[in-house]
Amino acid sequence: MATVFHGLGAAMGLTASNSFDCKKLLLPSRRSFLERKASLLLVRSDGSGNLNVGSNSRARRAEQLITNAVATKADNSAPSTASKSGHELLLFEALREGLEEEMERDPTVCVMGEDVGHYGGSYKVTKGLATKYGDLRVLDTPIAENSFTGMGIGAAMTGLRPVVEGMNMGFLLLAFNQISNNCGMLHYTSGGQFKIPIVIRGPGGVGRQLGAEHSQRLESYFQSIPGIQMVACSTPYNAKGLMKAAIRSENPVILFEHVLLYNLKERIPDEEYICNLEEAEMVRPGEHVTILTYSRMRYHVMQAAKTLVNKGYDPEVIDIRSLKPFDLYTIGNSVKKTHRVLIVEECMRTGGIGASLTAAITENFHDYLDAAIVCLSSQDVPTPYAGTLEEWTVVQPAQIVTAVEQLCQ
Amino acid sequence: MASAFSATKFTLLNSTTPRSHDNQPLYDPLKSTTSFLGSTRKLCFTSFPKLNIHNSQRRSPVVAVSEAVKEKKLKSTSNLLITKEEGLVLYEDMVLGRAFEDMCAQMYYRGKMFGFVHLYNGQEAVSTGFIKLLKKEDYVVSTYRDHVHALSKGVPARAVMSELFGKTTGCCRGQGGSMHMFSKEHNVLGGFAFIGEGIPVATGAAFTSKYKREVLKEADSEDVTLAFFGDGTCNNGQFFECLNMAALWKLPIVFVVENNLWAIGMSHLRATSDPEIWKKGPAFGMPGVHVDGMDVLKVREVAKEAIGRARMGGGPTLVECETYRFRGHSLADPDELRDPAEKAHYAARDPITFLKKYIIENELASEAELKAIEKKIDEVVEDAVEFADESPLPPRSQLLENVFADPKGFGIGPDGRYRCEDPKFTQGTAHV
Repeated sequence: MATVFHGLGAAMGLTASNSFDCKKLLLPSRRSFLERKASLLLVRSDGSGNLNVGSNSRARRAEQLITNAVATKADNSAPSTASKSGHELLLFEALREGLEEEMERDPTVCVMGEDVGHYGGSYKVTKGLATKYGDLRVLDTPIAENSFTGMGIGAAMTGLRPVVEGMNMGFLLLAFNQISNNCGMLHYTSGGQFKIPIVIRGPGGVGRQLGAEHSQRLESYFQSIPGIQMVACSTPYNAKGLMKAAIRSENPVILFEHVLLYNLKERIPDEEYICNLEEAEMVRPGEHVTILTYSRMRYHVMQAAKTLVNKGYDPEVIDIRSLKPFDLYTIGNSVKKTHRVLIVEECMRTGGIGASLTAAITENFHDYLDAAIVCLSSQDVPTPYAGTLEEWTVVQPAQIVTAVEQLCQ
Repeated sequence: MASAFSATKFTLLNSTTPRSHDNQPLYDPLKSTTSFLGSTRKLCFTSFPKLNIHNSQRRSPVVAVSEAVKEKKLKSTSNLLITKEEGLVLYEDMVLGRAFEDMCAQMYYRGKMFGFVHLYNGQEAVSTGFIKLLKKEDYVVSTYRDHVHALSKGVPARAVMSELFGKTTGCCRGQGGSMHMFSKEHNVLGGFAFIGEGIPVATGAAFTSKYKREVLKEADSEDVTLAFFGDGTCNNGQFFECLNMAALWKLPIVFVVENNLWAIGMSHLRATSDPEIWKKGPAFGMPGVHVDGMDVLKVREVAKEAIGRARMGGGPTLVECETYRFRGHSLADPDELRDPAEKAHYAARDPITFLKKYIIENELASEAELKAIEKKIDEVVEDAVEFADESPLPPRSQLLENVFADPKGFGIGPDGRYRCEDPKFTQGTAHV
């Protein structure tokens, strides 16, 4: 396992150097890697310091227009976009920044996982933390997911706030026992006596020819567990915000990251902020169709959106972010406006987040729909190794364009 | 056919060779001069030829505690293992455990409690022997056979009985049931239905103790965690994974195996390649100890050592208590598989009778005093049943409480408000 990730690290262009200066990370090799796959757009390392996700600036300006469901203490609806203040960093650095700020703020926050300490995390999310906080606070565990997740739960029950890292979300299948039985249910079965403020995070999703087992989407398996919250980050901004919110939350939160998004670059505010765990993010307001998505598929959708705009459509794109529970307010408002829904997700067709979302929207907003909800998901296929086959299992921008065209007829 | 394995006993010193660590443990068992006495006698059942008894040549003379003490008594009068007060505390606790469990059986057959109820009759010595040595801040983690662990730790009998009846005054508000006894006040961390599930949680509690001392600098010594589990669990991965982690980080935990030789209908010997569980401790670098779990005094001696070691940072211990459950696995178990001779053998070694005999023979207390304790416990248990009977059932409004510590976790509803603000929520009629 270790060799795979070491190799993967090289393939993803993760720097082996100790420097975290953003500019130094603009390696030509990364550009070629990322542009090789046309579907993964917008992540350009062109050294000009531009916001790499063009639509994001529009998204954030749009966010200023959304009235928040509940006024949160750290209002995330108006991040500082206009000013050139803030600092640029990559998504994995944003995660680390959020984690480090919380560890600084609260001494009971600790990290547990495989290779999180001395190795710095297989995706460098915890790099440098063990040197700063010590081996007990950033704990390198043996390879025993079920037991160290259970250990995290026991620690959470007795006063700590652990952040458990699954090296790959798929490994957390081994911890399903603890996550379902203890993480989700203990607060209830103890009659509310013990709270479990644990954060379980890790990269998942279909990567770069990683093979079936390393390309799993665990959000569909975990979504039925009562008592947990699930969020998926997609930009450095919301990665840091969700990480902080998850750590501060009294509930057990599972934070889904995506293997291919770790090197996204964005300028984020210097000031402290958190993202609301239960809210969705309006990426691009529109009129004709509501496209609901999360994690990596957001970028496929935005690429398709470009094509759609050229063809004269005006899609509204919402990154649902909160996979459990769904933000039915933002989603509902959108459905009431556009009357057409397209869900684009990376989960399997059967029993995925899209399936649940379809049911929830149909239940709540049936009267507002002009057409049946279309859900584009990955094929019910173990992700093949071959690059061509892998491409065909996940949803591509072209399919999204076709689906919108059909929906809007 | 008798299937219990022979109870060969070994001293702590001879049987374990903890691996040397880079950082010296505070307590080095090899340098200790204490030894504990093994069980009263070797079981007369045939020992299996395949059993690998390495240390047969180092077997210490097996002598009954009471006999050894009697001999010593001829020389000096104050060489008993317990004082009068301690003896009475132990006696009361064991009688409470027994009376409570017997009442549970009655109540179950009268239709007052339902589901799976696993009774602890016969194993009281283990719970009392260990838990009575703990402080309030120490943690106890158990399995589904957890009523008596909760009682020993201090959870009131009323709260446990109410919980079993499913009433809102139960220790878990009726939401846990027989297999999920939790108490924040008394630091009882459950009550787990799946076997082995509580061991990582116990390891986590021990981790917190260590963290509090080393990172937060809040304490000088470490709060000890006791993890109780059975022989069947010792073939489960979580057991081994936690032994490894606990020994690796020297966590203040004691793994207490209540080896009652049967996992429902599966004999320990049919399920385990090497049935001597205590041996699995040294394989991970911690002391492994075998003790007669029907004798509360022996258990207590071993427990003192193990808990003391953990508290001072010496790391974990694996203690295998050979014990027996007088009833079936649960109240639904017809218990037809176990040999009546085996049951009779252990029934003759009832831990309560044992302790009573010890107390009276050593003139620690009179028969009348012990009878008074038994009467008091009867009243406590009766009162618990009355209290539980009269307690209200949980109202509908309780349904959606406690799912999340922060009820915002139910999310934002279509109207823009958090679902938990919806009045139907507090009534328990909202749909989530």
